[in-house]
Amino acid sequence: MRTTYITGMGCISAQRTFDTSFLEGAAVNEGVNVLPAAPPAYKEFISPVALRRMANGVKNGIVASVLALREAGTDSVDAIVTGSGLGCIDDSEKFLKAILDTNEEYLTPLSFIQSSNNTVGTQLALRLGCTAYNFTFVNAAVSFESALLDAALLIDEREAATVLVGGVDETTDFALSLYKAAGFIKTHEPPYPVLHSVSKGVVYGEGAAFFVLDEKKSPGACAAIVDVDIVNRLDAGDIAGTIGAFIASNGLDVAEIDALVLGYNGDAEYDGYYATLSETLFAGTPQVYYKHLSGEYNTASAFGLWVGVNILKTQSIPGIISVNAVERREYRNILLYNHYKGRDQSMILIAKA
Amino acid sequence: MRRGVAITGMGIVSAIGTSAEENFHALVNGTDGLTAIDNIETIHRDSIRAGEIKRTTMQLAEDLRLAPDHTFSRTAMLGAIAARQAVAHSAIGAINARHTGLISATTVGGVDLTEKYYRRYFEDPDCLKYVSSHDVGNVAHKIADELGLRGFVTTVSTACSSAANAIMFGARLIQSGKLERAIVGGTDALTKFTINGFKTLMILSDAKSMPFDNDRKGLNLGEAAAYLVLESDAVVEEDGKTVLARVSGYGNANDAFHLTASSENGDGAYRAMMKALTTAAARPEDIDYINVHGTATPNNDLSEGRAMLRVFGEHRVPDFSSTKPFSGHALGAAAAIEAVYSILALQHGVVFPNLNFTTPMEEFDLIPQTSVKRKPIRHVMSNSFGFGGNCSTLIFSQSE
Repeated sequence: MRTTYITGMGCISAQRTFDTSFLEGAAVNEGVNVLPAAPPAYKEFISPVALRRMANGVKNGIVASVLALREAGTDSVDAIVTGSGLGCIDDSEKFLKAILDTNEEYLTPLSFIQSSNNTVGTQLALRLGCTAYNFTFVNAAVSFESALLDAALLIDEREAATVLVGGVDETTDFALSLYKAAGFIKTHEPPYPVLHSVSKGVVYGEGAAFFVLDEKKSPGACAAIVDVDIVNRLDAGDIAGTIGAFIASNGLDVAEIDALVLGYNGDAEYDGYYATLSETLFAGTPQVYYKHLSGEYNTASAFGLWVGVNILKTQSIPGIISVNAVERREYRNILLYNHYKGRDQSMILIAKA
Repeated sequence: MRRGVAITGMGIVSAIGTSAEENFHALVNGTDGLTAIDNIETIHRDSIRAGEIKRTTMQLAEDLRLAPDHTFSRTAMLGAIAARQAVAHSAIGAINARHTGLISATTVGGVDLTEKYYRRYFEDPDCLKYVSSHDVGNVAHKIADELGLRGFVTTVSTACSSAANAIMFGARLIQSGKLERAIVGGTDALTKFTINGFKTLMILSDAKSMPFDNDRKGLNLGEAAAYLVLESDAVVEEDGKTVLARVSGYGNANDAFHLTASSENGDGAYRAMMKALTTAAARPEDIDYINVHGTATPNNDLSEGRAMLRVFGEHRVPDFSSTKPFSGHALGAAAAIEAVYSILALQHGVVFPNLNFTTPMEEFDLIPQTSVKRKPIRHVMSNSFGFGGNCSTLIFSQSE
């Protein structure tokens, strides 16, 4: 696959990532089991009439996209590719609840229309007047990686020169209470540390991160996407081999990976997948984690990519995301590795532009 | 013409049959699968007609020999049945011996389970095992597990064009060398959620749908699943595979017009068809049959018809028909079952009839094929359009 370049990014997360420099003012909150997104001033981006109808995911997706396009200095793209694990869960729930509450009578279509999983992607098409390629992936923890791979593939095929690609997920009170009841979210007394956690479940979150991908390395390019891969199921014992092969297939050696961005989410049952890599193959490599700042959600890895690209851009790793004390003089190649409960494993290789 | 990506297997379950053969017989015999609803508790069960698969969810679980404590949604069960058929048809042995992916499509995912347990989750802890099954992506996880597939798995959801996009993405992954084999398609079960959703939009017909008829009143929903096995030419050669047909062209565009309605002149549909012709390196006159989206909503058929006239020219639109009056509109699975129908059209040299058509639309002079027509067919175009202006076109061709 051809190397492609990120020329703009926009990120809405539990931290103020939309109008500050790289994690400036970021704070770890181990006292809550759900980290809500820090809202930007939506009114600066979306009309009040439109805002009233929009669920958080759509709002955050739009703002993150506008920020990415602004940074890239463009308002038109050749394709829009979105990843969203839960889609428009807020409107889906509203419509479902109305069906049950009214016994299928007196329903109105708005929340049904907005419940479609492709709502964010198509709202973006409408706003940008983009009649080109438009895709939405919805495969849990690899929703964003699928979108990123598709975006890179479109450029590789010369089907597109610039692509808007991102990941977005929202939460609802009902879904969160179900996840707590089902044990997906930690419910014991705080604190909830993400590293060296001994309890099952995660601290949950929400957010949106969008990127403008370009075929050309413009002066403003902040990183290169080298390769993306997805593996449905991987045994803990096969991780090192799979990741080693992925790196080798891109003509690199493990020693040439200058930082490893890991999806540690505090689930003691499955974080061993990351620890294995930390302690073996990459013991001498700077390691980074980020879900203590964003929370875990299906497209949290898009926040992870935002972190990785910022490391390349600023050539530094803020202490708040360091797993180990290892540093490098220069950060050229970064590997991102993520999974959820051992499933939907993904690898993203990025490089200095 | 471009050579395209080889199709070496297909599987289907729909309201008109649980195999490609059964579906074919229903299509050439004019037997539709539209009935009142038996398996879903809805107040609309007698007032609408839908393409329902007459197996209860319990029976489907038995068909699949699922463990008693399984957490499959009906959507996942239908998907697993069709995907297994496709894999068997392609005579795949050790599925992970080749770099194999599953690209699945769905719009409702496990909503059928959520509908059932929404009120019970907090009263009955046993129900909590279904929480993960609601996720749309869970359907692909379940199907992958049923197939023992450990590699590349993802899900596409772009409303009613979902499965066309899954097929397109799979073909592209093979062409790029990312995969050697892709199992592609879609699955959607009937649910209270979609029945009521389309009802509120007032585009559900109480009678059997009449695509491209001046008096059309809306669509019939359906449920179905279908999967194709796509393989690289290297795999076809090395494993001595029989090629059923090829995915030779694809186009994806957005109408960027409205969240649910199509633009009056079918801009997105036009672009999708033109792009598909371009990727196939085909001329409009190469297309022998169009399996149209043809939902029978006033908006779709007008918009799609106008777009076809723009692509092919007045009096030059090839034979076309909507097969939705047979199967119902299976949403995220629609393009997958219509891909199977397109392949059957190529294999048997037959244009399937557009049922229930009597009166031409006043806006243009387009008459669908209303009876079975036998003729050599080399290239079939298949259209799928969805909410949010997601328009996709695929071209299936004979493997020369």
